[in-house]
Amino acid sequence: MFPTPIEKKSLPFNMTYRVAIWVALFLWLLPLIAVLMTSARSVADINAGNYWGIPSEWMLFENYTLVFTETPMLRYLLNSILITLPAVFGAVALSTLAGYALAKFKFRGSLALFAAFIAGNFVPFQILMIPVRDLTIGMGLYDTASGLILFHIAFQTGFCTLFMRNFIIGLPDELIEAARVEGVSELKIFWYIVLPLVRPALAALSVLIFTFIWNDYFWALVLVQSDEVRPITAGISALKGQWLASWQLIAAGSIVAALPPVILFFAMQRHFIAGLTLGATKG
Amino acid sequence: MQNLHSKQQKWMPVVFLAPAVVLFTVYVMFPILQSIWLSFYEWDGLGEKTFIGFSNYRELFDDYQFWVALKNNLYWMVFFMLAPPIGLAIALFLNQKVMGIRLVKSMFFFPFVLSQVVVGLVFSWFYDPSFGLFNKAIGLFGMEPVAVLSDENWVTFGIIVAGLWPQIAYCMILYLTGLNNLSPDQIEAARLDGAHGWKMLRFVILPQLRPATFIAVVVTVIGALRSFDLVATMTSGGPFGSSSVLAYFMYEQSIFNYRAGYGAAIATVLFVIMDIYIAYFLWRMLKSEKA
Repeated sequence: MFPTPIEKKSLPFNMTYRVAIWVALFLWLLPLIAVLMTSARSVADINAGNYWGIPSEWMLFENYTLVFTETPMLRYLLNSILITLPAVFGAVALSTLAGYALAKFKFRGSLALFAAFIAGNFVPFQILMIPVRDLTIGMGLYDTASGLILFHIAFQTGFCTLFMRNFIIGLPDELIEAARVEGVSELKIFWYIVLPLVRPALAALSVLIFTFIWNDYFWALVLVQSDEVRPITAGISALKGQWLASWQLIAAGSIVAALPPVILFFAMQRHFIAGLTLGATKG
Repeated sequence: MQNLHSKQQKWMPVVFLAPAVVLFTVYVMFPILQSIWLSFYEWDGLGEKTFIGFSNYRELFDDYQFWVALKNNLYWMVFFMLAPPIGLAIALFLNQKVMGIRLVKSMFFFPFVLSQVVVGLVFSWFYDPSFGLFNKAIGLFGMEPVAVLSDENWVTFGIIVAGLWPQIAYCMILYLTGLNNLSPDQIEAARLDGAHGWKMLRFVILPQLRPATFIAVVVTVIGALRSFDLVATMTSGGPFGSSSVLAYFMYEQSIFNYRAGYGAAIATVLFVIMDIYIAYFLWRMLKSEKA
């Protein structure tokens, strides 16, 4: 283990370290802690310039209720869910199929196709912006959830295929070959043999791209314009303009916007990190 | 597997790949070509397109705003490169087994999970000239308050620091995973040979962390070139375009100024810059594929 385990050092050093990590954490998250505190402040506090001290009265419940009743925040939150869930499902489904084909079948151009998926995943969004916007308008899907969902599925398929292909290639060939010898159809092999084996990868991938899609802001700006469809990232940004001085509400709104991916992260931390660091230990 | 070339096997990959390939071609591959093609036209996004050859590019290279954006992208790339070493430093700091360390590690990672819009809001607060913590902090050292986000000289750096926050968290987690997978034998052997501290890090640990470093550098460069969300939420490119980056400049020209052809030319330049890194990444990736 590197650095040397702290247990081997002196007692004062140990004590210092154990305190230092929490102090460092506090400093690291200070900007966020401030937002959290602000979301619990009263208007009087804000007007008095009390942004960093302890709130003079705790308005946590009131502020969050206000956010949900006085603004379209609930609508935005719902929109985000309605956009993110189908997009995650679609991208993971398509890329599992594609990843399996690229990992376990030998055919000409498979490597080139794989390279295209990887490359596409890194391109700047702006090179896609005008054509994708036109395409979406042309299909009558501008300012609809479907327009955003379709784009997210298509774009995330690049990363997801890379991910699934690299996972599936590690699965043993013997199982698949044995089934083929038995005359099992390819679709059945995929459904009954491959799919159960990739379940951990599916979980990791899903939580990861849930966060990516949930946090998307650019495409929400480009493909959507009305409150009825707008996801929460674009929503909070729109609200910022309207409540210029109501920092406690913007703070509460930000916390609401951040919460779903944060909850997912803490609930499925192991999967999340496994997904994110794929390739960081080998290759 | 070779002698089992049944008809089914030959066609199955096509069936499995078709949905992904079709969608990816329509939404990613084809639009890239369309954008490059569009960059040779004068177009307001709605009406007739007029072919104008390289005029968009000629205009671009004479556009002061373009050079500002490009320079800022360069700053982003240079200063974003602090993320891997700082991430490594935090990873080394936290790579211990004491009580509560798992919670500390996940809380350190926290900024990465936040939307960039939220990060932007958080840091706008942090920098606020009248009540922001940043100015309170520098006030303690007797310095005058700085309105970071409305000062042409500071604004880009202010946004980059906001961008570094989640980026460092990402690099940290890559290195923590790497540190978890170090070969204990090599470390023990090096310890017996008397290596420790900096030497150990430099000659034994870092070589083993190379895959993590590679990914960290790639995602950091891509992140720097993609920077849009923070610029859009924190300053909208202001004051007077001084914090704009190519991604935001392109968006501004196409959406607000109705100059789709010109926007496409900006996007193409960004795409060409990015291609260098994409090509390098692919090359590395395919090389390790063949090995």
